[in-house]
Amino acid sequence: MRTTALFVTCINDALHPGTGKAAVTLLRRLGVEVDFPDGQSCCGQMHYNTGYRRETARLARHFVDVFGEYDEIVVPSASCGGLPSEAYEIAAEAAGDAGLLRDVRELAPKVHELTSYITDVLGREDVDAYFPHRVTYHPTCHSLRATPLGERPYRLLRAVKGIDVVELPARDECCGFGGTFSVKNGAVSGAMNGDKARHVLETGASVLAAVDNSCLMNIGGRLAKDGHAVRTLHLVEILARTEADGPLAGIPVARSGGVLR
Amino acid sequence: MNARDTVLSRIRRATADLSGTRTTVPRSYLRHAPTVAPGDREGAVALLVERLEEYGAEVRRTDAPGLPAAVTRALEAARSAVVPDGLPEHWTAGWDGELHRDQPPLTHHQLAAVDAVVTTCAVAVAESGTLVLDGGPGQGRRAPTLLPDLHVCVVREDQVVSALPEAMPRLDPRRPLTWISGPSATADIEMIRVRGVHGPRRLAVLIAP
Amino acid sequence: MSKTFMGWPAFPRAAETAVADEQLRTNVRRATHTIRGKRAALVEERPDWQDLRDAAAALKDDVLAHLDTYLEQVEERVTAAGGTVHWAVDADEANRIVTRLVRDTGETEIVKVKSMLTEEIGLDNALEAAGISARETDLAATIVQLGDDLPSHVVVPALHRNRSEIRDIFVREMGRHGRPAPEGLTDDPGELAEAARLHMREKFLKAKVAVSGANFVVAETGTLCVVESEGNGRMCLTLADTLISVVGIEKVVPTWRDLEVYLQMLARSATGERMAPYTSTWTGTTDGDGPGTFHLVLVDNGRTRALADPVGRQALRCIRCGACMNICPVYERTGGQAYGSVYPGPIGAILNPLLKGPDDPQTASLPYASSLCGACNEVCPVRIRFTDVLLKLRSDVAEGDAKVKHRAEKAALKAVGAVMDHGPLWNAAVRAAGTVGAAVPKGMKLPGPLHGWTDSRALPDIPKESFRAWWKRTEGGAK
Repeated sequence: MRTTALFVTCINDALHPGTGKAAVTLLRRLGVEVDFPDGQSCCGQMHYNTGYRRETARLARHFVDVFGEYDEIVVPSASCGGLPSEAYEIAAEAAGDAGLLRDVRELAPKVHELTSYITDVLGREDVDAYFPHRVTYHPTCHSLRATPLGERPYRLLRAVKGIDVVELPARDECCGFGGTFSVKNGAVSGAMNGDKARHVLETGASVLAAVDNSCLMNIGGRLAKDGHAVRTLHLVEILARTEADGPLAGIPVARSGGVLR
Repeated sequence: MNARDTVLSRIRRATADLSGTRTTVPRSYLRHAPTVAPGDREGAVALLVERLEEYGAEVRRTDAPGLPAAVTRALEAARSAVVPDGLPEHWTAGWDGELHRDQPPLTHHQLAAVDAVVTTCAVAVAESGTLVLDGGPGQGRRAPTLLPDLHVCVVREDQVVSALPEAMPRLDPRRPLTWISGPSATADIEMIRVRGVHGPRRLAVLIAP
Repeated sequence: MSKTFMGWPAFPRAAETAVADEQLRTNVRRATHTIRGKRAALVEERPDWQDLRDAAAALKDDVLAHLDTYLEQVEERVTAAGGTVHWAVDADEANRIVTRLVRDTGETEIVKVKSMLTEEIGLDNALEAAGISARETDLAATIVQLGDDLPSHVVVPALHRNRSEIRDIFVREMGRHGRPAPEGLTDDPGELAEAARLHMREKFLKAKVAVSGANFVVAETGTLCVVESEGNGRMCLTLADTLISVVGIEKVVPTWRDLEVYLQMLARSATGERMAPYTSTWTGTTDGDGPGTFHLVLVDNGRTRALADPVGRQALRCIRCGACMNICPVYERTGGQAYGSVYPGPIGAILNPLLKGPDDPQTASLPYASSLCGACNEVCPVRIRFTDVLLKLRSDVAEGDAKVKHRAEKAALKAVGAVMDHGPLWNAAVRAAGTVGAAVPKGMKLPGPLHGWTDSRALPDIPKESFRAWWKRTEGGAK
């Protein structure tokens, strides 16, 4: 029996628990029971991207201690899910920790971003989801370039019953989040985010989806500040919903919505 | 230590971790233009014409007997022209403008006062619409192809290759080479392409067998 | 003395000013989007583009690994072909050499082909201090020089200026430096180019000394290569009696044939053309054709510092095409001057700290001038992994030898890290967040450096129940 752990990520844990719950619901529906080891905390993304490699090594060690025994670790975030394979070796080398280096090499291939876990490991595209709303999708930089998900999220979205997926103009352009970039370079980040938010509005979508809540928090923060009603949702929160759940309360039902294709 | 030795020893220290590494250079890129089959000369010539015209060059294909008339026609708007050593005299025999030989070499001011220059080339590259001049017979030194406002260049079909990798072995890097891809141009103002800044503003290319 | 980037503010502050300049943002956006589109179309027509990138990167890696041998080869071949080779450890030494070479000719006005290296070392000002006037001849470089401005792009240095600004500069300044702008000059780009042609022509015909850089130096043959569009390069390289080429030591390519790789990539990446209108190659001097005296000045100025960084050395593959800045969402909003260097954009964010060391606040701010989106990695013709280098340089600033340190940030992240790898503490922290969250108003402005977030965004709602609290309460959703 394979053991599967959910690494929910620190941001989702504290700020977006709905994403974690949706991941549990969806995976269960697809026949995967996940465990939530409660020693888990943060992957160290913020530390690594700001230049603190030895601090990252400390969190990598913690990650290995918490998740090392599992056969697979599923993460509802492209950026946090990608970090173990992108950063942990470099961090272990910076810390001069040969034992950690060995451990993270063993661990990294077992860590899966949720979307590619569904499509590539479980081999599913149609997950029996129902979401009768107009949705646009922002491919976050991590899911676009660092660990490229390609068309996977779009294929999953298009298989959702009732959904109206609209293309986001200039979709490949960064939203300006970039972790501590959004704080250190608030002015530029804000200008990038302003353009992204404008493109979201151009689609007329009620929901903006992505596979990283950090970027959604950035764009959603701008939309909210400007008084727009567009909801931001992690992709898995769309995929987890079924016809039994009905439409999402408080947002318009898409014209094509409700009609089963 | 002099600057030379300082720089070289810094390099050796900086690359100490690389000593003994041999980099293999993958050469899987195409040796011919993507749209022209290797050895398809007519395809290459057709592509050269297309690319030169995109640049705004005036292109004319002619047979050998028609070449002098084509030169005369290309020089129509010019009152004076300079020709380098080795350019066949009969090419310009029918033209009644003021013809200068660059022998002895004209001064820069004299060249700047001449309207046109007629040359051959060493190689032409179809894919990029490039004419390469190497100073050989009929091409001359570099200044005469630079200062006059019209450059008429005669290309022989067997000088046309489809892409750059085919051109390199035909060229001798010890000679000063000028690679011309269309007339002088700039896009420095709002990225709007303007033809003709400092080099010749008109380029006429005559392609003969 | 013309303007320099000396004393420039760190990136966040310079960027804040730039972002607020609507005209600048419009100009930069228009230019970068235009080149982006043209580049994309021309890259698309090459099915072997990735193969060309592989070759271009590998060739440069080979050069960098054996740079000493290749440079000795360059020296030998250039000397054999009638040139004289000089070496300069830093900017001052390079400027001294060029100044002496010009003085020896007795000339006091010289012409220049746009070269990033001579801008990097501040050659124009060094010459001016010695009583020598160096006139830029590239149209964009002329606009920058006449306007006493600073460059904002490696290929199109005046990209931040629109046509009416350029017209005003020409009308005001040309007469002070030679032939004045024609009467009634409008802002039509064709007319502006014609004004530059007339202004420059008399300088070209008069100049006895020219200074250039080089795009490539071929070790095998000692051949230099300059790629340009307007013909000003050809004028300088052909008409002067003395040619002085000032070249960074990383510009070498191994063999003549290797130019076939770079010449197919450079213009496509830089301006969205298949080839630039003019490419000139020359080897030493040639009797009866072009300058009778040729000097090559090989300049280090920090390149060996960059070379010693195992991750950072890939930045020395750069062929200065500017594709990284044209695609960069940060550059698009700030323009180039915010980077405080003649090398802006992603390449500037890595090259400046590598050349100079991230020891002052301005240079140390550059590795952080990126959202790490990675768009530059994809367009770079020589496959520089910008994000890898940015992260490495950030760690130099945060934990390495760099003299600039962010003490408060380090302490904060360390404290967070200590809680995060301590299970019970972290558990308590996340649970507490919900309670605190209820007391944080959505429109609140965060204090201190965190205001960068709330300036343009609302704070997220903090849910009352964390995921882990829900998991515990419901036993993983089973209840």
